[in-house]
Amino acid sequence: MITPTRGVTAAFAVSALASLALLIVFVLGGQPQVEGVLLAFALGGLGTGIVVWAVWLLNAPIEIEERHPLASPEPEVDATENAADAEGVTRRGFLVKMLLGAGATLAAALAIPVLSLGPGPGRDLFRTAWSAGKRVVGEDGMPIRPADLTFGSVRTVFPDGAVGTPDAATLLLRIRPSDLQLDGTHASWAPDGAIGYSKICTHAGCPVGLYRAEDHALLCPCHQSTFDVLRGAVPIFGPAARPLPQLPMGLDGEGYLVALGDFPEPVGPAFWNLTHHDGTPGPPDGDAAGTAS
Amino acid sequence: MFRWFDERLGLAGFARNSLRKVFPDHPAFLLGEVALFCLVVLVATGVYLTLFYVPDATPVTYQGSYVPLQGQTVSRAYASTLELSFDVVAGLVMRQVHHWAALVFVAAIVVHQLRVFFTGAYRKPREINWLIGIGLLVFALAMGITGYSLPDDLLSGTGLRIIYSAVISIPFIGPWAAFLLFGGEFPTETIISRLFVFHIMLLPALLLGMVAVHLGVLWRQKHTQFPGPLATEHNVVGKSFWPTQVFKSSGLLLLTAAVLGLMGGLIQINPVWSYGPFDATRVSAPSQPDWYVGWLDGSLRLFPPIEFTLLGVTIPSPFIPGILLPGIAFGIMTLWPFIESWVTGDHREHHLLDRPRDAPLRTAIGAAALTVFIVLTLSAGNDVAAIILHVPVEATTNLLRIGVLVLPIVVGFVTFRICRELQRRERRDRAGAGPAPRAVRLVRTEDGGFEESEV
Repeated sequence: MITPTRGVTAAFAVSALASLALLIVFVLGGQPQVEGVLLAFALGGLGTGIVVWAVWLLNAPIEIEERHPLASPEPEVDATENAADAEGVTRRGFLVKMLLGAGATLAAALAIPVLSLGPGPGRDLFRTAWSAGKRVVGEDGMPIRPADLTFGSVRTVFPDGAVGTPDAATLLLRIRPSDLQLDGTHASWAPDGAIGYSKICTHAGCPVGLYRAEDHALLCPCHQSTFDVLRGAVPIFGPAARPLPQLPMGLDGEGYLVALGDFPEPVGPAFWNLTHHDGTPGPPDGDAAGTAS
Repeated sequence: MFRWFDERLGLAGFARNSLRKVFPDHPAFLLGEVALFCLVVLVATGVYLTLFYVPDATPVTYQGSYVPLQGQTVSRAYASTLELSFDVVAGLVMRQVHHWAALVFVAAIVVHQLRVFFTGAYRKPREINWLIGIGLLVFALAMGITGYSLPDDLLSGTGLRIIYSAVISIPFIGPWAAFLLFGGEFPTETIISRLFVFHIMLLPALLLGMVAVHLGVLWRQKHTQFPGPLATEHNVVGKSFWPTQVFKSSGLLLLTAAVLGLMGGLIQINPVWSYGPFDATRVSAPSQPDWYVGWLDGSLRLFPPIEFTLLGVTIPSPFIPGILLPGIAFGIMTLWPFIESWVTGDHREHHLLDRPRDAPLRTAIGAAALTVFIVLTLSAGNDVAAIILHVPVEATTNLLRIGVLVLPIVVGFVTFRICRELQRRERRDRAGAGPAPRAVRLVRTEDGGFEESEV
């Protein structure tokens, strides 16, 4: 017959056996699944035994405890307030103010070392490693001619000497020039249909890692922002509100792709001083982000 | 032995009262305990992991026992995560139990908070513990996010990238705050060691300190209880702390640990070796965060592409859905006890709990808010849903956009009507039964007398 006492005994015995087995498994080098199951039996046996013990064997009666009012009686509250009103404190208002003022000054001084946690943003957010004359290279560091790219393909490129630099990561695609719908300047930045867009999403900064060839759309896998490659990477779906900046590119004497300058707008997610007061992009001091023309 | 301590501390009276303290017996009151016990498991497994994990982003060549990554350049943090997973006895189980315990920890906190909300347990005098509870939730989320990022794998790096973008979007202080937090423009090597300091020192100290205060206030104020034959506003009905409550809680601790052990052993979680090491120029698709961040990610996914300039200040697109709206939601949640008592004019003490139907408007508002949370959480999987349903991601996104606006209103309205209907039936049944034993609630008036009110 199953009695609570026997149940508790059995549960504790199961626990002890499982713990013994666990010890052996650990000595032999361990095995994750077996460890998990044995842990469950070792801990679960103990837990089950204790709960059965509590429910069937303790026989504790239901008890009623009085709840006393939390608030103290009025006289006691008054007395405490009086005790707190120490005359030497309350009548020295000026000294209290001085004390607080000195404390605040100390706090201000101690806040300055917090600035050692990082450099100021300066113009880091407005520039990347791209500059006029930098060759466009693949992740292998090799320069690229437009003819090396098949139409409808996409690869990640960097400035020569800065492979792997996150904010300079650029998506290089090749589109038939007749398909591109760009204005004069932007069209001239795409020699032989080779066109480069910043790989950093203008929404939350994820790498725009997916390319849908049938409608020439770049997709960000984080929040599904979608950009139209043919129309200057304008956002066509999702939460991104700005186009991916286009890299000004041309060809050097050997026919390799080179940058004509840095991206004309800051890459990646927006921040409060992204634009001038007149709405044009660029750093707040009016120093253009460095488009060579 | 007790005598030895008593001679030095004089504890006999306090100890006797404590052992006799009465705890109401209701399964809903175990939710907070489950959260507490998850925290115990988290500390235990976390200490073990800390002994092997190296918070260092310096690149090294991986030469451990996981063959597919041998010879690859990875950070020391990532390499040490692989090492403790594959080469340390019990390391993988400890890591997986730790991660599962974190997910269950936050879940238990949220469900505990829902119980407190829908039963009105936060009313006077328990507003203090409501506020501490909100703080605990915030710290638990911060613990989850900082811990999630420590392995320095591709998925968690993407999560950090989004957090950086959200911080940088805050008007005026954003870029400075992000640069100070991360030690420069994303990605930085210092962030890993900083997250480590937050995750194993600052946040646990705050979290454990607040747990102690939370329990201290509970001890002082005594537990709430559901209305029952014996229960009134002026007593606590249940079993004494010793032995019943101690036995049950110990059993629950062990059973919680057992379930987490089973999950950690059998259900794979966060296999960082298959995501690969972090590389700021790569991303995996689809990428989903841990469940408790889903509502924030979903909010970012659903929000329309709104980015505008206000008085010369650019308001970045992640700011409203990622910072402003969550901030307002947390603000309202934090102030809720005070908002409710201000609206209802009810400033009395409450030790008897409401059933959800007893406060239809509160229940309806809570259900609507919960619906927003659930739809946003589901929205973090809009891409996965699109793959499963074979529809474009635009379709699932637009459907969820409509859902997050319409469903809360519908759910709130229906909830309100259900509460009212349940109240109506209860009144009818009581009337049909004739002069049944009349249940009244005695309310103490300010001048010390008593008045009756309907239960």
